[in-house]
Order: sequence, then structure tokens, then C-alpha cells
Amino acid sequence: MKLTIKVILMMGALSMAACTNAGKLGGGAGDGAFDPNAAGNSSVIAGSASDPATTAYFQQAVGDRVTFEVDQSLLTAVGRATLDGQAIWLLANADYTAIIEGHADEQGTREYNIALGNRRADAARSYLVSKGVPSSRMQIVSYGKERPIEICSEEACYAKNRRAVTVLAGGLTG
Amino acid sequence: MMVRIFISLMALVMTATLSLAQQGPLRIEITEGVIEPLPFATPNFVAENGSSVEMGAQLARVVAADLQNTGLFREIPATAYISNVTDFGSVIQYPDWKAINAQALVTGAVNVSGNNLTVKFRLYDIFSGAELGNGLQFQGTTEGWRRMAHKVADAVYSRVTGEAGYFDSRVVFVSETGPKDKRQKRLAVMDYDGAGLKYLTDSRSLVLAPRFSPTGDRVLYTSYETGFPRIYVLDVGSVQRRVLESGEGSISFAPRFSPNGQTVVYSQATGSNTDIYTMDIASGRSTRLTSAPSIETAPSYSPDGNSIVFESDRSGAQQLYIMSANGGEAKRISFGQGRYGTPVWSPRGDLVAFTKQSKGRFHIGVMRVDGSEERLLTASFLDEGPTWSPNGRVIMFHRETQGADGRSTLYSVDITGRNLRPVRTPEGGSDPSWSPLQK
Repeated sequence: MKLTIKVILMMGALSMAACTNAGKLGGGAGDGAFDPNAAGNSSVIAGSASDPATTAYFQQAVGDRVTFEVDQSLLTAVGRATLDGQAIWLLANADYTAIIEGHADEQGTREYNIALGNRRADAARSYLVSKGVPSSRMQIVSYGKERPIEICSEEACYAKNRRAVTVLAGGLTG
Repeated sequence: MMVRIFISLMALVMTATLSLAQQGPLRIEITEGVIEPLPFATPNFVAENGSSVEMGAQLARVVAADLQNTGLFREIPATAYISNVTDFGSVIQYPDWKAINAQALVTGAVNVSGNNLTVKFRLYDIFSGAELGNGLQFQGTTEGWRRMAHKVADAVYSRVTGEAGYFDSRVVFVSETGPKDKRQKRLAVMDYDGAGLKYLTDSRSLVLAPRFSPTGDRVLYTSYETGFPRIYVLDVGSVQRRVLESGEGSISFAPRFSPNGQTVVYSQATGSNTDIYTMDIASGRSTRLTSAPSIETAPSYSPDGNSIVFESDRSGAQQLYIMSANGGEAKRISFGQGRYGTPVWSPRGDLVAFTKQSKGRFHIGVMRVDGSEERLLTASFLDEGPTWSPNGRVIMFHRETQGADGRSTLYSVDITGRNLRPVRTPEGGSDPSWSPLQK
């Protein structure tokens, strides 16, 4: 799975072509064949998730977030792999900047969780910098425990809330 | 907007000709953990000159609620009265009040003249057959009537307990609505008992943890209106606010005033690290106080302004530390099992209140400033964010319930751990901050 994603991204960067079908990635129908020579093919909807230069593609295909263990700001192996993909994408799409939002679950006090979310956002940013993304293109912010995406009070929800999300800004197609 | 109240003493009334045997001093020692509340009666204040019977009744209700809601006093209802007080100057029929077991009697009178309001009260020790302290007279405008009732209750409370009162005070807090993943928050201020609520911001931006200035005229808080948490100072009267610019770093939060109101202590994140800074409000000049690679946050000044208590995870988990207000070496004061955060120094200087997490539960607790005598006052899924009453005897905090339908409610509890009660607000409430006693 990881290798497949990397190959397709590399192809996207090289060809700058919209692909005719996104196969398993963009939600479009098709047989999964990726044709890097299909330059100028107009059947892809610009701005959709099948267009690799879009925010939607970044969110759904690359993965815009990494999660963390309780009280931790260390990146997991899965997290690093996701950020590898983010770095490649950001380097290929230089007209985007990013704000990395750090979050914590509700199992903590308000101020500490803001500081912990900040650590998480900075961990993601530092890793992206180490992969070549200029730090001038990225900012970090922390929302502490204020913006959960899952609202149950169990570990299944907490695990999703402990996250650093890379939010894009700028770009030609939004 | 700030109501001025003028206070003057009245001469003692003549003591009753019939003196009853002393039953014991009219006294409550709060730290003894009172079990039996002291029975008292507060007949409606007598409506004199231009005032209404209704105003006299309302004043008495506020006084009675203040005293009863401390858990230290128990009101004897008017239905039990044998004689009543229809004239403020007449002699008290002590046997009638003793017969219904009232140990304290609060009488009052109210005068209205145009926009001017005068409220008088006397406190009687029924079993001694005499007044306890001098009667007092309060003068101000009619809009200040609740504050005058609170001042009456403060006087009664302090004479009976020997402690300063806390009823003529306000609370600023975060009023919140909506589910946990779409929570709307805005700042609100109200009397400590929930009356007179006014919103200070709208819900467009996430706002957190407002804190009163030492004179109650300004509020510090954290807002995300720029997309990043920054510290703002808001004037309560005009509702005008401005940002406190901290040059480096994009995230600042957890501000508190120094006791002289001229300095703000706060947290700022630079890179991965969060540390404690102070800023001189007038000049905007900031000073860094901590520089450890750990998280340092939630600072709170001692009432003499010389020390700061804060939380740090430098030992591996959140614990409480005290350092000089100029920074430097910090001494750890929390050593129990669990994590300690949100420390707040009592206005009496003797205790630090905190939030403790242990074995999956949250607690509000207190400890002496040397870390000894730790006591947990509450326990629940999520109790957090204590603030002290002006007299250092009551703590207000918020409690969030579990699960997808979780909501946040303000609560207060006595430092003995007794009298846990919700503070009613129109919406949910969190992050309360208690003002000093108003003048």
C-alpha cells in the first residue's frame, strides 16, 4: 500500500497530468490503471480528489493527519510514513502553505493540553522540515482539547482526537 | 456601570429589658467542618419612605439565600414566625424568636428617593438578647440593590464566622453551548449567585480561561480570533479589548494578573516548548521566567506578588512548582500519585488549589504552599479549573460530564469539601474566575 502511493505520487509530480481515473485513490470508477502519458486528458474534474494537486487529494489520498499515543508527542512509524507522503506532496505543490494544528484528547487540563497539542504540531513540522519542506511554508497552532472530531469518552474516540492535522492554504484550485 | 455604595455605622439599639441566659456565643468556626447549620431568620426588610414592600422582600430573600447557600446557616421560614418586624426601630421580642429557635435575627429597612436607595440592617444575637455589632446603613442607587443585600449578608457572615465575607463579588466565566465537536464559547460575567449576567464577547471565536484583575475592572483571556491563541485584556465596563502582543512565538495563553494589576504572567509556546513569561502591561516589555525543555504553564501569583506557582512536566508528568516571581530555581510541592495542574494561590496566601488526575478520575484539591496536607474536595469524570472566593473559603470550578452528550457546569464547594452545589447559568459554564470583594 505504502509503495503504491509513493509510486503514484512520483508519477503525478513528473507528468503534471490529470489522470483519467483515480483507481483506488480518488473515488472515480475504473480499472485502476494509471497512465502517466495521458497528458491533456480532460475527463478529470479539476479540484476533485482525483486531481493530485488539490487539497481534497491531499486529505484523502496522501493523508492530512497523524495520531499520537496518550500524553505523547513522538511520531509513530505510521505517522512518519504519512508525513513522508505529505512532504513529497508539499514539495511537488509549491504554491501551498500549511498550518499544522495540534490537538489533544479530553483526558487532561486545558492549558497543558494546549501545550501538548503544540508539541505534536511541532513534531510534525520538524519532521517535514527534515524531509526538505521549507519551514517558511509552515506554521503551527494548537487547539488543545477544544476541537475533538470524535465526541465519545472512550479510547476509540480519544485516539482519533490526539492528532496533528496539516491544513493547506493557497494553491490554484483551492 | 460601577455602582458606588457608601457605608455608615448606626448606634446600637437599647438592649432588651429581659436578658436571656447565654446559650453560647453566636459563632461558627468554619474550619471545624460545621455539621449543624446555624438557624437564623430574616424578615422582609421594612419598606420606608417611597420604597415598596416588594423591594423589602427581595432584599431579605437575597440576604437569606447568601447565608443559607453557604451550608453554614439555615433559614427559619416566615411561616414559623411568632412576631414579625414591622418597624425597624422597635424593640425585638427576643422570646418570640427564641421560641422558634432562631439564634440570629437579621432585620432591615429600605428607603427609596428617586434614584437613591438606602438600606439599613441590624443583626441580633437572640440568645444573648443583644445586637451583635453595629447596625449599618448603605446608600447608593437603586440599580445597586442586590449588591447592598450582599453587603448585608457579608456583614452578618463575617460577624458570625470571624471571616471576611464573599457575597458582594462577581464571576467571569466561559458560557458554552453545543455538542463537544461544535462547542460555541463566549465570555460572560455575573454576580457570584448568577444574577445580572452579561455577555462580554460573542461566540464567533474560541475564547478560554478569563481571569479578573485584582480590582475586578479588567479581564485577561485567551482568544483564537486571529487563528492562533493570543492574550487579550478586556475592560469590563466598556467591553473594549486589546491584544497583548508577545513578539516571538505564535501561541500565548493562560494569563493571570499580578496582585498589583500591572503585570501579566502567562505561557508562550516557541517551537515545541512552552514556558512562562511575564509582561509589564504599560510598556509591553516581556521577560522569560522559565527555559526548561519541558512544558511549563498555568502560572498563578501568590497574593503578596513575590512567588508564582505553576505546573510543569519536567519530572515526567504534570506536577506543581513554586518559584520566585522573578523566575529562577523552582521547588516542587506536589508529590502524590497522579498528575497535578491548574494551580491557583488562595487570596489568603495559605493554600494552593489545583486539578488532580488520578486513576482515570479528576479531582479539585487543595494543599498548603509547602505541599503538605493535600486534600481532595471533589471527584468526577472531569472536574477542572478551580478559582477562589474572595475570602479563600469557597472554590468554584467546572464539571464536564462524560460521553457524546457531555456538558459543562459551574460548581462551588467549601474548602472543607462540604456544600458542593451547581452554579446555575443560562448555558453551560466553564473556566470561572472569581472577582475580589467589590467596594
